[in-house]
Amino acid sequence: METHQLHPDTWVDLYADYLFNYAVTRVSDSEIAKDLVQDTFIAGLKSAKNFKGEATERTWLIAILKRKVIDHYRKTNSKKGKAEVRMSYSSQTDSGGDWLEERIADPNSNFENDAIENEELGLAIQNCISKLPKKQAQVFKMKTIEGMETEDICNALGINASNLWVMIHRARTGLMDCLNQNWF
Amino acid sequence: MMISCEKAANICDKVQYEEASAWEKIKLKFHLLMCKTCAKHSVKNKKLTSLCNQARLAVLSEEDKKKMKDTCSKVK
Repeated sequence: METHQLHPDTWVDLYADYLFNYAVTRVSDSEIAKDLVQDTFIAGLKSAKNFKGEATERTWLIAILKRKVIDHYRKTNSKKGKAEVRMSYSSQTDSGGDWLEERIADPNSNFENDAIENEELGLAIQNCISKLPKKQAQVFKMKTIEGMETEDICNALGINASNLWVMIHRARTGLMDCLNQNWF
Repeated sequence: MMISCEKAANICDKVQYEEASAWEKIKLKFHLLMCKTCAKHSVKNKKLTSLCNQARLAVLSEEDKKKMKDTCSKVK
């Protein structure tokens, strides 16, 4: 079996966005998510010698981040005491909707599945973006994710509009190929 | 009225970011009627846009990443 090696110098460029997406879907606060990603990198650096090379770098980092997310929930939970579940029955009315049976999740609802699928989709896209050439990835992220104006991107990167559209085109074609098997 | 496939692809990309003019859109539509390859590409391109919207992607700013790199280099 191929053994993997760690290259900590490339972590931030390669995995920061990927890990950030993972974290942000779980803690729903971008500041906290950012801190968790930072903590993950630090923890990774500190325990790099324990890396056995069995998993890929990214899988290994995600595993650390998972722990960090759990720790985060533990901490916030202990601050305000134990988690509490409150149930109240409305005594004034016997109208439907107050009974517990009527409050359980709708088994026919697709909402939860959609949420899971969207998260996987987000990670799949981030993964494909990280495989693009650096410049293309940068332009694509600025335009598509940050929603910057064409002119602003051109000014920031010192390129002209037709350069930008060429890069966008290559990035989009690259992403289509990369996502092809699973999502198209 | 006749445009090349490259031009069509370019307009198609602009459409994804709502930056194509009305006249460009007409030229693109016309091209797509006649060119199967571009028509296929256009469908996929649209799909990519909707996938990106659906995924609600998030990225860290370059500034944040620089900070992370600095912090990491202090740990080593």
